[in-house]
Amino acid sequence: MPLIPMGDKPILSISDMSIVFSSPDEADIEAVRQVDLTLTPGKTLALVGESGCGKSVTARAVLRLLDKNADIQRGSIIFAPGDAEATDIVQLRQDSLPLRAIRGNQISMIFQEPMSSLSPVHTIGDQIDEMMVIHEGLKPKQARERTVALLDQVGIPGARERADAYPFQLSGGLRQRAMIAMALACTPKVLIADEPTTALDVTTQAQILDLLRQLQADFGMAMLFITHDLGVVAEIADEVAVMYLGDVVEQGSVFDVFAAPKHPYTQALMSSIPKMARKADRVRLSPIKGTVPAPRDRPQGCAFTSRCPYAFEPCATIRPERTAIGDNHHARCHLLTRQPAEAAA
Amino acid sequence: MLGFFGKRLIAMVLTMWAVSFVAFAIIQLPPGDYLTTYMATLAANGDRVDPATIEALRRQYGFGEPYIIQYWKWISGIVLRGDFGQSFEWKAPVTTLIWGRLGNSILLEGLAVIVMWLVAVPIGIYAAVRKYSLGDYLATIGGFLGLAIPNFFFALILMYLSFVWFGETIGGLFSPGMETARWSPARIWDFLSHAWAPILVLATAGTAELIRILRANLLDELKKPYVTTARAKGLSEFRTILKYPVRVALNPLISTIGWLLPALVSSSVLVSVVLNLPTAGPLLLRSLTSQDMFLAGAIIMLLGMLTVIGTLISDLLLAWIDPRIRYGSK
Repeated sequence: MPLIPMGDKPILSISDMSIVFSSPDEADIEAVRQVDLTLTPGKTLALVGESGCGKSVTARAVLRLLDKNADIQRGSIIFAPGDAEATDIVQLRQDSLPLRAIRGNQISMIFQEPMSSLSPVHTIGDQIDEMMVIHEGLKPKQARERTVALLDQVGIPGARERADAYPFQLSGGLRQRAMIAMALACTPKVLIADEPTTALDVTTQAQILDLLRQLQADFGMAMLFITHDLGVVAEIADEVAVMYLGDVVEQGSVFDVFAAPKHPYTQALMSSIPKMARKADRVRLSPIKGTVPAPRDRPQGCAFTSRCPYAFEPCATIRPERTAIGDNHHARCHLLTRQPAEAAA
Repeated sequence: MLGFFGKRLIAMVLTMWAVSFVAFAIIQLPPGDYLTTYMATLAANGDRVDPATIEALRRQYGFGEPYIIQYWKWISGIVLRGDFGQSFEWKAPVTTLIWGRLGNSILLEGLAVIVMWLVAVPIGIYAAVRKYSLGDYLATIGGFLGLAIPNFFFALILMYLSFVWFGETIGGLFSPGMETARWSPARIWDFLSHAWAPILVLATAGTAELIRILRANLLDELKKPYVTTARAKGLSEFRTILKYPVRVALNPLISTIGWLLPALVSSSVLVSVVLNLPTAGPLLLRSLTSQDMFLAGAIIMLLGMLTVIGTLISDLLLAWIDPRIRYGSK
């Protein structure tokens, strides 16, 4: 049996997950239909897709933070830290001890809006201390020492005084840094960042991305980075997963996916990025035709069928299989399974 | 914080001055004065009054002088000598009449406020967290019943039930022998065995209102992202809710303390009459019907003062628990 290097073993793998939202007045909505993702220690996986495609729902499902009307109907979220037994997070009960031991401690999360995601009436120091008090049983004083060190590490000047500041007394960038310090307080093995730079201006955005990359090098955690900004993906990610209307349509290394996208949606996405070129060489951007259908109008088969230029017979009715294209590069598209068959014929 | 306190203090003094001015105007509004009422009563009984005596009294009390001069006499007596004037009806200084009664009022209503909060806060939290559950509906129904039943009616029902079931009359605040005794464990026990009924009556309506306010506030807060953050940290659901959304949802409640006190005093007038309580309410009612103007004026002014002090306390409390007010965030 060949030895698998430790680093390549996935620490978190989501397979075939579907999440259904029910409401008393409307038909159920399957916001996430088929998600397969794997996270490797020390690597960053970027999850991209347009608004409403289920990125955030997927991220929240990992920590079971969804509202009561959301139900994970199918699939598993296996968390396998190297030093302990693997757990299926889907099987854990809400508010149960094992789940709480994972939240914040093993897997932690950074949210999009640092202002509204931090309590307005508690100091940031108080909110960070709490992580270490609940997970490591530190005394408030010891926890505060660690908090100050953490704030210093995430680049907040005057960390000791800033620990006593309230969120509204800090700038957006500092607030997000405080949020990052909080997420890293217990040196988690997985960090989920749900659009952490969307609410920030471009300069601050670049600083936060640098910080996250550097902290990842220091702490060695796996990172799931959710964004809709392909520029950010290119900057921070090792791997990228593309989501369309509740399905992960393609996952692979950033180089493979950007250079040779296999799914028509990814291809369309890549050709919609403006490129720097001389005036003579400029080409018009080609937008994706049509609009995203509502989840209830989603085709039975591949969700992209209604807008795909290559759609053919089985696309609308049969869901494509997850097909390996290269090393750690997968996509779900009938084109991939058809071509070899025709080539053989 | 000190500047905040200073500003509030200055505003408080100005408000008090305005309140005193208006209070004095109000007690002068009804046509006639105490002496005309007094003469009418005497005449109705067939007695004759010497017009010279009346004229002497009129001059002594300053009736007939311009409003401003009467007001000046009254307010300068209060501010300089702590003298609220004489009660015509009781033939005694107002100060000796009201302090004991006002003390009873504050004690009773303070206890009612505490009971209100102790009952309303847990129920409100439960009703919000378990929205549309059986408990929430029960709390809502109970709350509306409490709001809908007039206090004095509830007091009557309690009196009736306690007489029918236990053969006891509830009323008053002390047993006959205990009224003037010094405070001792026996007197406290006696007080509590009498006071539970008015406290219960006074607390019901307010409790219902507090439950509704807290439930609505908390429902808003529970949806905020910072609650999700707290859950994502690994806090238990119980601690998440108590430490974060409840803490924020309580702020608007604290600002109600200011008007809670005077609202209780005015709502307690009828209850006090029904249950025969020696509080300020019945005294105010009587002094107004008999045009005993200095007594009425003193009580109205002290009620105004309670409101202003209550508001100050709630402002300070709010600044203390909510940093956004303390540091004046945008």
